[in-house]
Amino acid sequence: MTAGSRAGLSRRALLGTGVIAGATTLLGFRLGPLLAEEAAIGDAVFAPNAFIRLGRDGIFTLIMPQQEMGQGVHTGHAQLIAEELEVPLAMVRIEHAGPDDLLYGGPRQRQGTGGSNSMRGGFYLQLRQAGADARALLLQAAALELGVPVNTLTAAEGKITDAASTRSLAYADLAARAATIRLRVPAGLKRAEDFKLIGTSPRRLDTPQKVVGAAVYGIDVFPGTVPVAAIAAAPMIGGMVRGVDDRAARAMPGVRQLVVLDNLVAVVAENSWAAIKGMRALTIDWADGPHAGLSQAAIWESLRQDSRKPGVLAHEQGDATAALGEGEMIEAEYELPFLSHAPMEPLNCTVHVTADSCELWVGTQVQTRAQAQAAKVLGLPPGKVTLHNHMLGGAFGRRLDVDMIETAVRIGREVEGPVKVMWTREEDIRQDTVRPVYHNRMAATVRDGHIHGWSHKVSAGSVQLRMSGKPPKDGLDNGSVDGATELPYDIPNQRVDYVHSEPLAVPIGYWRGVGPNNTMFAVECFIDELARAAGRDPVDFRLAMLGPTPRLANAVRVVAEKSGWGSKLPARHGRGLASHSVFGSHLATVAEVEVTPEGDVRVARYVCAIDCGVAVNPDTVIAQIQGGILFGLGAALHEQITVRNGRIEQSNFNDYRVLRMSEAPPVEVHVITSTDAPGGVGEPGTTAAIPSLANAIADATGIRLRRMPIDRARLVKGARA
Amino acid sequence: MAAGVAAGMRALLNVNGTPRDVDAPDDMPLLWVLRDLLALTGTKYGCGLALCGACTVHVDGKPVRACLMPWTAVKDRAVTTIEGIGATPAGARVQKAWLDLEVVQCGYCQSGQIMSATALVANNPQPDDADIDAAMSGNICRCGTYNRIRAAIKQAAGDAA
Repeated sequence: MTAGSRAGLSRRALLGTGVIAGATTLLGFRLGPLLAEEAAIGDAVFAPNAFIRLGRDGIFTLIMPQQEMGQGVHTGHAQLIAEELEVPLAMVRIEHAGPDDLLYGGPRQRQGTGGSNSMRGGFYLQLRQAGADARALLLQAAALELGVPVNTLTAAEGKITDAASTRSLAYADLAARAATIRLRVPAGLKRAEDFKLIGTSPRRLDTPQKVVGAAVYGIDVFPGTVPVAAIAAAPMIGGMVRGVDDRAARAMPGVRQLVVLDNLVAVVAENSWAAIKGMRALTIDWADGPHAGLSQAAIWESLRQDSRKPGVLAHEQGDATAALGEGEMIEAEYELPFLSHAPMEPLNCTVHVTADSCELWVGTQVQTRAQAQAAKVLGLPPGKVTLHNHMLGGAFGRRLDVDMIETAVRIGREVEGPVKVMWTREEDIRQDTVRPVYHNRMAATVRDGHIHGWSHKVSAGSVQLRMSGKPPKDGLDNGSVDGATELPYDIPNQRVDYVHSEPLAVPIGYWRGVGPNNTMFAVECFIDELARAAGRDPVDFRLAMLGPTPRLANAVRVVAEKSGWGSKLPARHGRGLASHSVFGSHLATVAEVEVTPEGDVRVARYVCAIDCGVAVNPDTVIAQIQGGILFGLGAALHEQITVRNGRIEQSNFNDYRVLRMSEAPPVEVHVITSTDAPGGVGEPGTTAAIPSLANAIADATGIRLRRMPIDRARLVKGARA
Repeated sequence: MAAGVAAGMRALLNVNGTPRDVDAPDDMPLLWVLRDLLALTGTKYGCGLALCGACTVHVDGKPVRACLMPWTAVKDRAVTTIEGIGATPAGARVQKAWLDLEVVQCGYCQSGQIMSATALVANNPQPDDADIDAAMSGNICRCGTYNRIRAAIKQAAGDAA
């Protein structure tokens, strides 16, 4: 069996379906940019564009440009197409798109699932248009077939009915004729009041397979039929292999081959256990490299030093310098630690390298970048690299990176035939591209209950630089100041500066909530400090400044009501608010906490009101906010990556503690009905979780935590504020 | 034989009610026997140290972390995995509740969550929040589906009444 034919099998196995997989299976991917017509491959009868294929069995295959990693995008995108196409979800089957920036990259023509862009990134209209165009062609085919004008016909439930004669034709019977028609102008989209699927919460398409263990993640491909490589990579940043004693590993039953590269050793074995045991049996002599002495204290010191330097102006409005001199200036510094992504599915990538081709089986957020990275390593044209994308067992930004692709390909080209390259959890954490450390220097003056002058200086590394090698244009890393430069509040005098401060040698990456995770932590906590300093209620203080952003003001009012804001709480209990407009959505979140005399933080609940524009699938919006908030809460309570002697100190869930069931409070989400364009919902919950929590702790104890994770010692009863 | 090399064994392993012929080193964890030798990939690798619960299976109806359990230790017992749990009344109720409440996000941890939850509701007709915390806190979910897991367990338990 060749790897290619295996690919067909595994792809069929991972179809997310509303029906049993039928005859219409796309065999292999086409490579490189395709014309829409060329994308119509397989045995589809009708393939009007890159997203829709109708097979002889009457089942529509919908090609999903965005990657399913739990956020429900495959169901949401299927709803968009099916809405306009007028087919029930039971008549559709889902398929992952291959790598293609032009066809599947949305308006930016860059294929990638991140930044909460699946609905707001243009797909909301593009996918509806694809469905509407297909419907228009089927209607025209029906008109020809029945000899009646198109305007007497109605499309619904996968068939077309002639109102006069009540004759009807199934889409499947019109497919061949529809395929011969060209659409002259784009079809009109449905009116919102006619929506049947958008705004509803049908059963997700990906979950039936997931509850029976049948969904195929990257780590699940070719069980037992492809050798497995376990990696031991240099534990110190920049470390290299000086020598390796592999005698014990080679003696292990099942071990087939060792691959020694400059910075790692991989043990290839006939199964996972043999590979892991072989890897553990290695004695590797590491050359430390240039960062062996690096410590977390030095990283903080460097960041703080840099934060005192002048930055690059990122945003200016009014005269902040003058306004900060008018009245009492309040100052504060906020910091956030390195974080690991730790998706439940550890990194893995199965690869088959031949002399002139490469085939990859992986779950990635960036199909085209993954393909390009493999091509670059091998010196092949990207078209010679075939990518089979699989379900992602979590990502949170980790799978926006392609370092795992590069590593797998470097190992794979030393192995005859396909090999599954697998990271143990320890390797996954130690080799993570961590969320950057951040420093924020805040200053403000308040006049008549309004913020008068405002200064926010963000010091951080540039993930863009680390990932692309391109330094930030004019020294300004837009990702680092995202959120800070577009405050929803009416603040007449403000400036935002950015200091580019790379965290010494530590590789950094995007983490759920990205830039706004940091900026909103600093902004929303500092606003809370200003409100309390001015003796104002935090809700009233914000509402008085939210004139420019009525949708956020509304969310604040809703959450205040739903959370019982202002009602009395017992001693050492508190509520905290965070409100912000990020990723195209507006959300207000209240955390309610109890801080025990021993300094333990018990979160009683979160309440969130979100206006994300049209909620394509409201239950998914709720699920994303619930999950996003709990992801952020775990970070606030426990998570941090630290460096010692040039090494990441943490390696598994014992020393990288994450949120567990017993610590997870109820998260109540109120989705505000809206007809505005859809916003993002994957990240905002995470950005809301931490500032609302810190503000609640301040309300409960009077103690202001300006660093995360929470330092319990500071919250012990009697500790000084 | 080099140090650390385990002896091999060939035996029948009862998985989901079917005897399966297994030939593997004595110390191979049940997780890898299931995944690599029997192609039952629904049981997941998450940490390898029984810290995350992604590999949870049942041995004689009790939840066990398969990543640390040598397969030879369970060869005379009944192993049930996510692929077989739906054949039990409690497993079917839990899977249904999981879908009814749309618990699942990425889904990678959910095999283990469902196995732990099934063991709970099979033995406790009315689990309260403390019971759920105790039974489920060994199963990590990074997507943050805990609220819905809790609600689904209560639904599944209630469905038995």
